[in-house]
Amino acid sequence: MALTKANMTEQLYDELGFNKREAKELVEMFFEEVRSALEAGEHVKLSGFGNFELRDKSERPGRNPKTGEEIPITARRVVTFRPGQKLKARVDGYARSK
Amino acid sequence: MTKSDLIEILSERQSLLNYRDVELAVKLILEQMSESLSGGDRIEIRGFGSFTLHHRPARIGRNPKSGESVTLDEKFVPHFKPGKELRDRVNNAAGL
Repeated sequence: MALTKANMTEQLYDELGFNKREAKELVEMFFEEVRSALEAGEHVKLSGFGNFELRDKSERPGRNPKTGEEIPITARRVVTFRPGQKLKARVDGYARSK
Repeated sequence: MTKSDLIEILSERQSLLNYRDVELAVKLILEQMSESLSGGDRIEIRGFGSFTLHHRPARIGRNPKSGESVTLDEKFVPHFKPGKELRDRVNNAAGL
């Protein structure tokens, strides 16, 4: 089962006693503030979880996989995520638990 | 932006919750996300992106100092795929 904003909202309600409206608003704002920071060109470092970084890619040649036609892939800025040591170690435990 | 910057911004932007509550909430959200991934579950946040695990098969590695071969077990690593809104906003604001 995938974790969604609804599960996060519910947890804030269950464990911190937030009311539904507060919980929903906080979860929305959490992701919106991370998006805004990245949009403003800032890296986001969430210790224990990981870092969201930005990379500027220059234009490169590409191809339409259907038609085979050559089309340039334009220069763009992309978001990358680098998991922190703690998250990597926890996720790594999943392989051993199986 | 760090986790404490995020907590600060969130407590300023809304009036319902105090700093301490926001701090607990941010930590709880991140803990729930880590917990899901470490249990092999994916995370899906529309407009933000999804986190999944990528499998890395076992392989023979080499100690770069001694040149000795070492067996590396299979493992899973977290992977993030940005959602459309995040991709577009970041790229449009960059103006490359």
